[in-house]
Amino acid sequence: MKGNEAVAEAAIRAGADGYFGYPITPQSEILEYLMEANPYETTGMVVLQAESELAAINMVYGGAGCGKKVLTTSSSPGISLMQEGITYLAGAELPCLIVNVVRGGPGLGTIQPAQSDYFQSVKAGGNGDYHLIVLAPSSVQEMADFVELGFDLAFKYRNPVMMLSDGAIGQMMEKVWLKPAKERSKTVPEWATTGKPPTRKRNIITSLELDPQVYELFNRKLVDKYNEIREKEVLFEEFECDDAEYLFVAYGTCARVCNKSVTLAREQGIKVGLLRPITLFPFPMKQINSLADRMKLIISVEMSAGQMLEDVMLAVNGKVPVSYYGRMGGIVPGPEEVLENLKLKIKEI
Amino acid sequence: MAEATGIKEIIKPENLVYRKTPLMTDNILHYCPGCGHSTAHRILAEIIEEEGLQQDAIGISPVGCSVFLYNYIDIDWQEAAHGRAPALATAIKRLLPDKFVFTYQGDGDLAAIGTGETIHACNRGENFLIIFINNGIYGMTGGQMAPTTLPGMRSSTSPAGRDVKLMGNPLNITDIIATLQGTYYVTRQSVHSPASVRKAKRAIRKAVQYQKLNKGTCFVEIVSNCPSGWKMSPTQANKWMEENMFPFYPPGDLKVPEEM
Repeated sequence: MKGNEAVAEAAIRAGADGYFGYPITPQSEILEYLMEANPYETTGMVVLQAESELAAINMVYGGAGCGKKVLTTSSSPGISLMQEGITYLAGAELPCLIVNVVRGGPGLGTIQPAQSDYFQSVKAGGNGDYHLIVLAPSSVQEMADFVELGFDLAFKYRNPVMMLSDGAIGQMMEKVWLKPAKERSKTVPEWATTGKPPTRKRNIITSLELDPQVYELFNRKLVDKYNEIREKEVLFEEFECDDAEYLFVAYGTCARVCNKSVTLAREQGIKVGLLRPITLFPFPMKQINSLADRMKLIISVEMSAGQMLEDVMLAVNGKVPVSYYGRMGGIVPGPEEVLENLKLKIKEI
Repeated sequence: MAEATGIKEIIKPENLVYRKTPLMTDNILHYCPGCGHSTAHRILAEIIEEEGLQQDAIGISPVGCSVFLYNYIDIDWQEAAHGRAPALATAIKRLLPDKFVFTYQGDGDLAAIGTGETIHACNRGENFLIIFINNGIYGMTGGQMAPTTLPGMRSSTSPAGRDVKLMGNPLNITDIIATLQGTYYVTRQSVHSPASVRKAKRAIRKAVQYQKLNKGTCFVEIVSNCPSGWKMSPTQANKWMEENMFPFYPPGDLKVPEEM
């Protein structure tokens, strides 16, 4: 099935309570699949087409505030429109899943795949000091698996989670193994607004605080949470790194391309490896920093103008040269051109 | 907000002349003297209590003067981004259909930045209640022109009065809402006199009861005042409201259920 369809089916099976979305290429199949599947009749999952991405993300806020497992999906310009709601979700510490099937930008851009939403996903696209937990799938299987993982992390930390996919993985068809369906959870988090029984104080979902002393403490609490996430939740995958002299860092579709480039390079005797960040926040800083001790050169390969490059440079912290190779505008680089670029860069060292 | 402490020395049984509903908290309302919000809050809280909905009510407070509404009525609350309350309420009511769900929004929130969310929620016939406080001005940010500011009316962003050629006409959104298929009950009320308070309370009670029928959105506009923003005494403001707001926003029912 398609990556987009895998997200939809995985959401039903993960016991999601609600989906709120607005059509946008290249991810409209998710809403279409859910409308066709009509899970309200089977699991009780609410599916609603909103009048805008703005409304969709605020429906997610309302549902998440009730302690429900809710998600939305969109693509880049739609995610930009959602950024208001996303920062409110982060500020009110609400768990939810947001899937971004990235297309090229800026502006209306293109409907072709890209990774140019790294900044708006990883660096807080809305106002204020916050982070999303960002998961980067590189296969249809991972688009399915990261739905449940995303919900688990979201509820564990009371924080919105973004699955940062792209148009290539969303549209590609692969075999996928889906977990058996789970029942929707009946557990109500203690902070959720579900009507106030006499036994507890009223629950208030808000991100507003006018007392600077109190609000700074809240901001510090968020920072502590993000640091704990940095400590505990880093996910990454290494490929041929043990004896490598050169390293690609790439996620999502680019990681699949680089995987092939590594194989081609090895056939030519070039010792290159690949580190694939699976979480982009938290970013595998320590792992890349420690790999840098053994490398002569590290290249960030992206379908963007050098966005993840900044985090790779921070991770390497000047130990070895860091370079960039990327394509933009909806072009997926080929494994051969990535390898040719590596050879050129090796000569320049 | 700090709970009031000094006031507790005055509140003794022997001094009792009037009792607020226990559902109103002891937090001191931050509203200006004469503002209609306090009255609207009180009748809303009374109805929630009288209808036995304390444990079922989920309110959505807006951005605007009533942003701290969650400090005043002792039920579960969600605070929405500016204008987005109907989107929150849509999801809450669909996910918790047995609960009593309502939004409380001002004119800037509902009829400017949140027009889209308001119209689409009402058009889908989402089964919740919208209470719309219309005082023709942005009070919280210091008296700027609102979508409902009357022609010629002064505000800090229409200092010479609203020039409709330059600034557009006031938006009578409740009339639009009444035309939508999804709405079940649409009414316009006020809370500036004992008689109008009683009528408004009856209207809100009906809207609250209708939610159990699952027939569509109920929408109660309360034409209200803003003595500070209008730069008038409370008495002057109420008189000005009757003479100027009511001709443009006439109180009365705009849409009543056919079977009633």
